[in-house]
Amino acid sequence: MRIPPRNTQVLAVTLLGAATGLTLAILIFVIVFILSKGLPVISLGFLFDNPREMGKAGGIFPTLVGTLILPLAAILIALPAGVGTAVYLSEYTGENTATRIIRFGTDCLAGIPSIIFGLFGFIFFVSTLKMGWCILSGALTLAIMILPTIIRTAEEAIKAVPASYREVSCSLGATRWETVLKVVLPNALPGIVTGVMLSIGRCIGETAAVIFTAGASLRLPHSVFDSTRTMAVHFYILAREGISNENAYGTAAVLILSVLLVNSLSYWMMNRFIARRTK
Amino acid sequence: MTDNVKIATRNFSVFYGAARALHGISLDVPAHQILGIIGPAGSGKTALLRAMNRLNDLNPDCRAEGQILLDGQDIYQPDFDAVRLRKQVGMVFALPVPLPMSLFDNIAYGPRLSGIRTRMRLNSLVERSLQSAFLWDEVKDRLHTSAMRLSGGQQQRLCLARVLAMEPEVILLDEPCSGLDPISTARIEEALIALKSKYTIVLVTNNTKQAARVADTTAFLLQGELVEVGPTDRIFTAPGDQKTNDYVSGRFG
Repeated sequence: MRIPPRNTQVLAVTLLGAATGLTLAILIFVIVFILSKGLPVISLGFLFDNPREMGKAGGIFPTLVGTLILPLAAILIALPAGVGTAVYLSEYTGENTATRIIRFGTDCLAGIPSIIFGLFGFIFFVSTLKMGWCILSGALTLAIMILPTIIRTAEEAIKAVPASYREVSCSLGATRWETVLKVVLPNALPGIVTGVMLSIGRCIGETAAVIFTAGASLRLPHSVFDSTRTMAVHFYILAREGISNENAYGTAAVLILSVLLVNSLSYWMMNRFIARRTK
Repeated sequence: MTDNVKIATRNFSVFYGAARALHGISLDVPAHQILGIIGPAGSGKTALLRAMNRLNDLNPDCRAEGQILLDGQDIYQPDFDAVRLRKQVGMVFALPVPLPMSLFDNIAYGPRLSGIRTRMRLNSLVERSLQSAFLWDEVKDRLHTSAMRLSGGQQQRLCLARVLAMEPEVILLDEPCSGLDPISTARIEEALIALKSKYTIVLVTNNTKQAARVADTTAFLLQGELVEVGPTDRIFTAPGDQKTNDYVSGRFG
């Protein structure tokens, strides 16, 4: 029996709508659940006080700082390396076996579970290089972890810049490098920012790789050679050790809010940037 | 004839991979004239044009043989600086491609690359270039809005102004009016005729009537070979080759 196209159309729209609705509902449920449990805990004191009794009382200030510094340091390391690689692969080399191997390598790297990176960071940075548990060890480890994401998103963004822009730039007497700086990267920026945002999200939410490399010290770090604890790790320890469920939810709520803040801020900045160039 | 030749190709061929796009072209481009290159699609017009500023270099599959002399110097010498060459030999493409930035920044793109930084010099260059391209009056109040918002005809004149701002010696145009309406086309042609006293112009066109209107000399390419070149009047009234006659009289192509 053949179902009339008009009915399959209605069916398809219903199913697709339901899928979207389900996704949205789950997302909203998680956020509302966490916020309803966590928001009552949040106060200025919770945000800006040092924790007491392993986090059972007091605030989360040092973990706030740790969550800010660690992903930032990781991005600062991974962004130049990743975008540099992407530019080199897409602008300076033709498609050949070597670039295919590099691309395959980065894809494999992207699929490795984060705890493996943590273990590697522990063995290599913490032990072999004797850097100890510190922000730098953690940032380097996270940088390696997010490098594939940055490379691939930057590469896709660079490839999406029309070839005619490059031709025009070269025909106006620009070298390849000047073309990269003035035409390719500015136009690839939205894509690169997306990759950075995804990476920041992964860094902020990471626990396994961070505990192994940056440690879990609750003291306020004074340099990149100090150990630190991120909110995600703090949340994990509070919940896992049964120290304080209340503060765990409070930390989770702050975590969610800060991710939302980072994302909206970068979208806003990106839109302003694009608007300036096209309006 | 020889001392006012700006560009000369000598037995020049271009290959894309294994396919040969041009077969040993020898052609002189007289200084301060408009050379029109006509021929049907796939005749190698664009390949020849893109060889004159070595833009073909961007395509790794492309290979050239023979010589192209600019002021007597072979631009295909290995140590010839292609980036400097492109500042001397500007190009306007078939489709107008404004870069996604303001009108001003588009036109200042070339001069800035050459190290011109002062506002005053850039301002006067931008104004002069826009005036030469007959665009100044239409856009003088919105130089700092995006170039993407111009109409197609304005965009193409912007591209011409952008090339003029580099103060080149030669301007290459690759079917610059193929996407434009008759009025925009007339404006571009008007600009070209006004410009030839200062520049040497090579105009590739699909439109034989356009070559007849603006070119001083016309060359006819067919399947990668130069069939005939001569003063435009003669090419259109008394061509020396039957194929040229058929093409300009519209019997094929």
